[in-house]
Amino acid sequence: MRPEVALPVLLPLLSGAISLLFWRSRPMQRFVAVAGNIALLMVSLWLFVATLSDGYVTMQMGSWPAPFGITLIADLLSAVMVLMTAIIGLAMGIYSLATTGRGHEKFGYYPLMHLLLAGVMGAFLTGDIFNLYVWFEVMLVASFALLILGGERAQMEGAIKYVTLNLLASVIFLTAVGLLYGMVGTLNMADIALRMDEAEHTGMVEVLAVMFMVAFGIKAAAFPLFFWLPASYHTPPVAVSALFAGLLTKVGVYAMFRVFTLIFDQTMGYLQDIMLWGAAFTMVTGVLGAAAQYEFRRILSFHIVSQIGYMILGLALYTPLAIAGGVFAIVHNMVVKTNLFLISGITHRLQGTYQLKKMGGLYRERPWLAVAFFLSAFSLAGIPPLSGFFAKFVIVRAGLEVEAYVVIGIALAVGLMTLYSMVKIWNEVFWKSLPEDNHVPETTTPKGDDGRLLKPSLWMMYLPVMVLALCSLLIGVLAEPIMWVMMGIGDQLFEPSGYIEAVLGVAASADDVLLEPSSGVAAPGANAEEEAP
Amino acid sequence: MEPLMAVAIGLLYATAIFMMLRRSIVKLVIGLMLLSNAANLLIFTTAGMTRGAPPLIPEGMMQPPSGVADPLPQAVVLTAIVIAFGVLAFAVVLIRRAYEVVKADDLDKMKDTDT
Repeated sequence: MRPEVALPVLLPLLSGAISLLFWRSRPMQRFVAVAGNIALLMVSLWLFVATLSDGYVTMQMGSWPAPFGITLIADLLSAVMVLMTAIIGLAMGIYSLATTGRGHEKFGYYPLMHLLLAGVMGAFLTGDIFNLYVWFEVMLVASFALLILGGERAQMEGAIKYVTLNLLASVIFLTAVGLLYGMVGTLNMADIALRMDEAEHTGMVEVLAVMFMVAFGIKAAAFPLFFWLPASYHTPPVAVSALFAGLLTKVGVYAMFRVFTLIFDQTMGYLQDIMLWGAAFTMVTGVLGAAAQYEFRRILSFHIVSQIGYMILGLALYTPLAIAGGVFAIVHNMVVKTNLFLISGITHRLQGTYQLKKMGGLYRERPWLAVAFFLSAFSLAGIPPLSGFFAKFVIVRAGLEVEAYVVIGIALAVGLMTLYSMVKIWNEVFWKSLPEDNHVPETTTPKGDDGRLLKPSLWMMYLPVMVLALCSLLIGVLAEPIMWVMMGIGDQLFEPSGYIEAVLGVAASADDVLLEPSSGVAAPGANAEEEAP
Repeated sequence: MEPLMAVAIGLLYATAIFMMLRRSIVKLVIGLMLLSNAANLLIFTTAGMTRGAPPLIPEGMMQPPSGVADPLPQAVVLTAIVIAFGVLAFAVVLIRRAYEVVKADDLDKMKDTDT
């Protein structure tokens, strides 16, 4: 019984439910939101420490022994993702207090935010592939509702693409799960991994691997499946954009890491080339898309796509070092990308627009904001000693070790292009003076949607930005201990026997489960159930 | 039974994709509905179809006799149906709102956010 692995899922559900109880009381909802986020950060830290010392923390829901019940398992990768999600969640909770319009709060912004967090946490912690699908859907439904809060035309148009493509991905995922169950007769990921080695290798395994790759590729916004992302991420309120940018695509990437290291590890040789070039094209198309844009959040949206390429590249190179680098890239990107979106929200608040051409002069006006942007943007581009440099450095080094020179060359060139986009934002927003024709009414005391003055709450927007910028700096400075954790993740993912043993108990009980391996599609998958003691 | 189901599922997938590629947003949602139904039927079929053998444990035994139907895919399909129902309810409301805002049942008129 290890409660710390279930609490990160239960707490956001609980705080979401509590804030639903206070539907009419805005102050109470706001309080519950932030208190829930703080508690979530606490339990995530607890889980992280527990995982650091034990390696794996598992819990069988309802005490049904694996593989019959649903397993919750945290290995180092899950624990790190949960911790980062909790940090982003808390930053968003505070930031939302200042930026969320009264109308949005009235229609359940905070409960939805917590539901989204619960979905993300569940996806990170579950050890059951159908359960993973369920958490994906929880996350998606919450994100659908958050995306259209406000109901403007652009939001509707973006949401139709977002909803359609994400549902399509879900159905592909579900189909693949169904076929996988028909093949191995179990849904527990560790058990699937065991039986996958036993199953006869027809072409079906490759087909399934590709289906999972497409489904998670859509969710992670990888080339050529990313078009829903830049079409929708710049439309909702900025806090929602930032939350999506920090969390949602990374869940897809996480699922890829999990499935391809645990279940389809033998098919990696076959898929590696596809994934490698997919990653390279993702990086290039994302960064080129960003170069053409002059809207703050659209540039950032395209850069999400570009950065996803680095993470998938880490997986595609498929060495422990490369996987460590990929996870490093995820961690770094969660912090930095969220922060850039938060900064775009502040500049919007100050100057009333997201169009770069109409902005300017913020370096003189808000030097500290400029510093925070500078740190995050240069971290994104991979300038030492910030967090992005180390992520890129590890991936490049791993790539050189396996002699994937072309792809590594592309990755480095994309870093340069990222710098170009970031310098563009810097020049337009911070450096050049405010254009004459932009009469920002009363820049220092803007009004919210409902006309109330928003100046006093500016510190609530600054606080998360500063903390996250500091985080990026700290990840860079403390790169060595973090790299140590990342190497642990790389080893754990590369050697899935530890994961399998942690879920199924000692190796002996795993043998019991394997007494009757089901064969072929037509055989009933009931074997697993019949052996239940 | 299985070959028939396989053909039916294939037809459902094909129809769903065809509907989703139309310009009308209503047909888009119809496509999504068919798609989720196809996936549910697929899970139901791949797990093996067994007739007339409910997975009940006879009194005094610790496990059901062999050859009973597999209850797990049915539970899975049930969950998937509920999820699909909720999500599609949302999608229907979404296209209604989108129709109100855009005043057209046409995806080609919803390209403002693309460029």
